[in-house]
Amino acid sequence: MKQRDEKILLAHGSGGRLSHLLVKDIVKKFANPFLEKLDDSAVLDFKKGSKFAFTTDGYVVDPPFFPGGDIGSLAVFGTVNDLAMVGAKPRCLAASAVLEEGFPAGDFERIILSMKKAAARTGVVIVTGDTKVVDKGKVDRIFITTSGIGIVEKGINISSSNVRPGDRIIRSGAIGEHGIAVLTAREKFGIKTGVRSDCAPLNWLVARMTGVSTNIHALRDPTRGGLATTLCEIAEKSSVGMEIEESAIPVKKEVRVLCEMLGFDPLYIANEGKLVAFVPEKDAASVLRAMRGVREGASSRIIGAVVAEHRRTVLLKTKIGGNRVIDMLSGEQLPRIC
Amino acid sequence: MKFIDEFRDPRLAGKLAEKIRKISLRRVNLMEVCGTHTVAVFRHGLKDMLPPGIGLLSGPGCPVCVTSQRDIDSMIKLAGEKRVIIATFGDMMKVPGTFSSLEKEKALGRDIRVVYSPSESLAMARDNPGKKVIFLGIGFETTSPLIASCVLDAERMDFKNYFILSSHKLVPPAMRALMEKGESKIDGFLCPGHVSVTIGSDAYDFISEKYRIPCVVAGFEPLDVLQGIYMLLRQVNRSENRVEIQYTRAVSRKGNEHLRKLMDEVFEKTDVEWRGLGVIKNSGLRLKRKFLRFDARSNFDMKTPGSRENKKCSCGEILKGAKKPFECKLFAKTCKPENPFGPCMVSTEGACATYYKYRA
Repeated sequence: MKQRDEKILLAHGSGGRLSHLLVKDIVKKFANPFLEKLDDSAVLDFKKGSKFAFTTDGYVVDPPFFPGGDIGSLAVFGTVNDLAMVGAKPRCLAASAVLEEGFPAGDFERIILSMKKAAARTGVVIVTGDTKVVDKGKVDRIFITTSGIGIVEKGINISSSNVRPGDRIIRSGAIGEHGIAVLTAREKFGIKTGVRSDCAPLNWLVARMTGVSTNIHALRDPTRGGLATTLCEIAEKSSVGMEIEESAIPVKKEVRVLCEMLGFDPLYIANEGKLVAFVPEKDAASVLRAMRGVREGASSRIIGAVVAEHRRTVLLKTKIGGNRVIDMLSGEQLPRIC
Repeated sequence: MKFIDEFRDPRLAGKLAEKIRKISLRRVNLMEVCGTHTVAVFRHGLKDMLPPGIGLLSGPGCPVCVTSQRDIDSMIKLAGEKRVIIATFGDMMKVPGTFSSLEKEKALGRDIRVVYSPSESLAMARDNPGKKVIFLGIGFETTSPLIASCVLDAERMDFKNYFILSSHKLVPPAMRALMEKGESKIDGFLCPGHVSVTIGSDAYDFISEKYRIPCVVAGFEPLDVLQGIYMLLRQVNRSENRVEIQYTRAVSRKGNEHLRKLMDEVFEKTDVEWRGLGVIKNSGLRLKRKFLRFDARSNFDMKTPGSRENKKCSCGEILKGAKKPFECKLFAKTCKPENPFGPCMVSTEGACATYYKYRA
């Protein structure tokens, strides 16, 4: 039971610890094995042999247009990526938009066209949708929700609870671009940087990876809460320890500069087009090679390994040679980035 | 990245750590006065590189952490005033008052906005002439010159709707109070880098002269911190008590006169209450009489009946270096970043938040 005066705070949407607690609380109420997995998509086993993945996600990014993307492309790629993170081949999407009275019709059209283009790039079809308009001030410009269905091929079993000691941790590229691009796109921010969101579909990358190995244990695209929070969640779910090398994690110069200025740790800043994969050691080299052959994974690297020691704890070897524990994001670092 | 990568060089860091190990002869307690130093130590994993004989104590140099409960409650109360916009640094949002927090008030619909720079609050006052904008001024000699320049701008532009709640504090008086209380055994002070840009290293002379404790003003990159610790150890071993500057690329003996003039023009010293340390003479800044029309304390009802600190919270001992965060009964049990009892568990530079985050 909640206390009567308890309120939902922005931090409940941060992707960090409070979001985690909120989601846990909700999942407990429904108590079914699909939700309890806490993966990016539910994998449904209708009849023997073929499995479907099903997911949904809401998009409230502020501002709706930012360097490198917009709420439309984000809503398509984000849901496609959630499907890809259980190894599914995305097939179709449903999209629903809530619009604020007075929202420029031209902007809405731009967003729809952007969704069309994004769908074509990922190979999904938007098969159903809905629009609602509410009074001015009742939503902020435009919110979009997309749901998606994908097919999981035989022999593929990817879940954040499958990670095992010995797994190599592979990261598909630099961290933090999306969060910083959105933040600096906000009007009040007043600093112009060259940082563009990395907003991109990951389904082709994942298809290449599952093509060379059916042993990939887990995949995640670190969005809210960043790489740090994702690693902590998986360490928790699979009850394993992790050791990560800071020097192996690429951060673009502009992102680093902004983070240093604002006191952010890039490990906690969102991406929208990167993934982290947990792969058994014997398959790590071939998966890495396959990843590097795809544009979205060109700068992939092994950033660390899963260990049997210090379960549920992620250790980072710092660049200057020290060690530190990585914890989940606490509080809200940047609200409404996706 | 210039001035950052050079100061995070693993080879040089390894060498410095080795030098420190060589001259670490006995147990030595060093206080890093500033929260940014505490964070740097943990974020870069420096603790791991230091010999066990070096004890690091977190000091009172986190502006959010030393804000008194009464001030926190006043800030929350101001948020409830009609037609008011509260402008604040993000770190204040979650700080628990006696009954609420700014974060919770925002969820109730109060107009509370996070700014990255105090000048944003001036723009808010300009763009919202029908509302009163109150900037929550917290911070040490690093931020107070910026706030001073905002007040001067507000005066120049004749703003009638701009107010500052000054909770500004000064670092040297707090260090003096620590020494006078004598509750913590400190063998050396790692003095704050950015505060010293303004006040200069001469401001710490009284520590070395009167209390015979060595001081080193250090920067915030890992090599700065390691070198600062090395310089302090060298002094301790030689029984010296000088004020040295490690952070020579930013700090001079005399400091920045221009910034101090700005502060002096707008603010005057006053006795203020520090969380955990009590009232310290001449340790805070209030607006001068000439600027009282921008002073939130003079223009709003600031009374906060029932204001009280949680008795079980050990913030005070922790700020004095008398206790480590994990020695507090509440730490990581009931007091967590999601459910903080005191500001030390909230601020990114708070000792408790840092110890919790890095599980030290």
